[in-house]
Amino acid sequence: MSKSILGLFQQPEPAADAMDGLKEAGFELGTFDVLTGTPYPEGAFGEYVPQHRLFRFPAFGAIIGFTLSVFLTAVTQLAYPMVTGGKPIMSIFAMLIIMYEMTMLAGVIATVIGIVFESRLPNMQPGIYDTRITEGWIGVVITFDDESKVADAESVLNKAGALEIKHA
Amino acid sequence: MQQRRELDQVYTNRKLLNGQLDTPKWWLPTVSILGVVVLIGVVVIATMVNKGLGVTGLARPVYWGLFITTFVFWVGISHAGIMISAILRLTQAEWRRPVTRAAELLTVFSLLTALVFPLIHAGRPWRIAYWIMPYDISRGIYPNIRSPLIMDPVAISTYLTGSTLFLYIALLPDLGNLRDRTTGWKNAMYTVLSLGWRGNPRQWKMQTVGGILLSALMLPIFVSVHSIVSWDFAVASAVEGWHSTIFAPYFVIGAVHSGVSAVVTMMALMRWLWKWDDFIRPEHFDALARLLIVVATGWLAFTFLELTFALYGQDAPEIALREMQMFQWPWNALFIIFFLTAYAIPVPMWLFKRVRTNIALMFWTSILVNIGMWLERFLIIVPGLARRTPFVYTWEAYRPSPVEWTIFIWSFAWVTFLMLLFSKFFPLVPLFEQKESQVFTEDVMIGRAKIPAIVREAD
Repeated sequence: MSKSILGLFQQPEPAADAMDGLKEAGFELGTFDVLTGTPYPEGAFGEYVPQHRLFRFPAFGAIIGFTLSVFLTAVTQLAYPMVTGGKPIMSIFAMLIIMYEMTMLAGVIATVIGIVFESRLPNMQPGIYDTRITEGWIGVVITFDDESKVADAESVLNKAGALEIKHA
Repeated sequence: MQQRRELDQVYTNRKLLNGQLDTPKWWLPTVSILGVVVLIGVVVIATMVNKGLGVTGLARPVYWGLFITTFVFWVGISHAGIMISAILRLTQAEWRRPVTRAAELLTVFSLLTALVFPLIHAGRPWRIAYWIMPYDISRGIYPNIRSPLIMDPVAISTYLTGSTLFLYIALLPDLGNLRDRTTGWKNAMYTVLSLGWRGNPRQWKMQTVGGILLSALMLPIFVSVHSIVSWDFAVASAVEGWHSTIFAPYFVIGAVHSGVSAVVTMMALMRWLWKWDDFIRPEHFDALARLLIVVATGWLAFTFLELTFALYGQDAPEIALREMQMFQWPWNALFIIFFLTAYAIPVPMWLFKRVRTNIALMFWTSILVNIGMWLERFLIIVPGLARRTPFVYTWEAYRPSPVEWTIFIWSFAWVTFLMLLFSKFFPLVPLFEQKESQVFTEDVMIGRAKIPAIVREAD
């Protein structure tokens, strides 16, 4: 089982120093992360900038929604073919409205699924954490498979000025 | 931004979570009174369903009255949420921060309330499934997608689903915060609802990118919803005053006018009730009032255009309707009140900064706007049906019955009740947005003046 430690800081600068120190000490990107109670500008801690594929989700959802809407609007009219005022059975303009709404709805639902998925949620075993993070403290969390590196990580955190180090 | 104060995160948590971590003294009595009103409303609705629509004032030729007016009104109010939240988020307007959550919430609860009206107006609500749900039965009859009465539920349910999801996604960081501040069953509830939120860069990035993406997706839905509601009327070619090509944009801008005014009302109440003077500041009311001046004036232009187009055709029935709307009792009195409250009183007042930054005046003027906007919908819907036309031999005057008025009052109590209930469990102001604003604030010296400036990422 992997081990984690969490260094707690009150200011962003020492937290950024700790992140730099971990990189210099040879810790691989992805094995350490920063936890904050508020969004900071990207790269504020010299952290690994996460890549994502969120933009694919709404497009995928919209395609599904559009397909379903074409099926729903066309098939329901063809299934009960009532001629009104000598006009064609398929009422394209009315279909477009329903198709638009269903396309957008599926796009929104897929985006929300995408946000949750790309945030790596739900995560019911989130690991080491401290509730002071949502009070403005900054946490630097390091996960190891190799326990021999714990001392190195602790040394980096202490050198950067961690106010507290928690183990899990 | 001179009114901004430097606030630490512990203080922000304590102040903005005061509704969830403590119970304000006024909360329980207020919710109890509202609960009684809601209960009375539910009993009246049940009685109406049992007795039939005969207990309302609806009679030939006025089939659409107070219920449909109030339906359009609440759909209009719901436009506040996306207007404020999405547009301000996309434009990165700094003053959006205390407003967005309350506005999104208003969208969700007013839409839920709006949906009740067509349902009960149908007389036999359970039969509504026959004309909106696409299901197969032995008769092979499907919903008529050519009818705006089908387009309406599709659009509104899309908007409601999207708004609810939008609200939830933006709540995630604050749910994580509440999880950290609670114990027992509340902690268990917030742990599940926050989905294991930690606040790492990936999750914050998804909040930012996802928020912008959802805003961009919700905006076209917001425009489509009130356009489709307007077509309930605009496609009815037989009713003067309804059949108008400009109804879609006219309804949308009217909805924004009433919706943003409702947000002002709500923000004033939030500031007074929860004592959030540090977060909801006069500068926010100032910004909203400036926005309202533009929106209201755009709406006035559409009102004028609608009248002009109606009269330009020199169509006798149309002219007769306008004459009735504006010059015949009691419509003329309603028309004057509508014009005064929706525009003539509030907008000139908002031209003065002293009014825009006076929260009590903003509160009352925003209420005036919504009195006017409700009357606007009433004057669009009812006179067109009530006017005496040839070959119609039943000319019942429409007088809303006590049943209709009770259900009308119920709708306001219901929305407020839901809001207060929500406020007991979830924060009404996004905490992480407030804190982000503090992170991005830097005092800049220009000459001898210290200016609190907002730093923003270029990308």
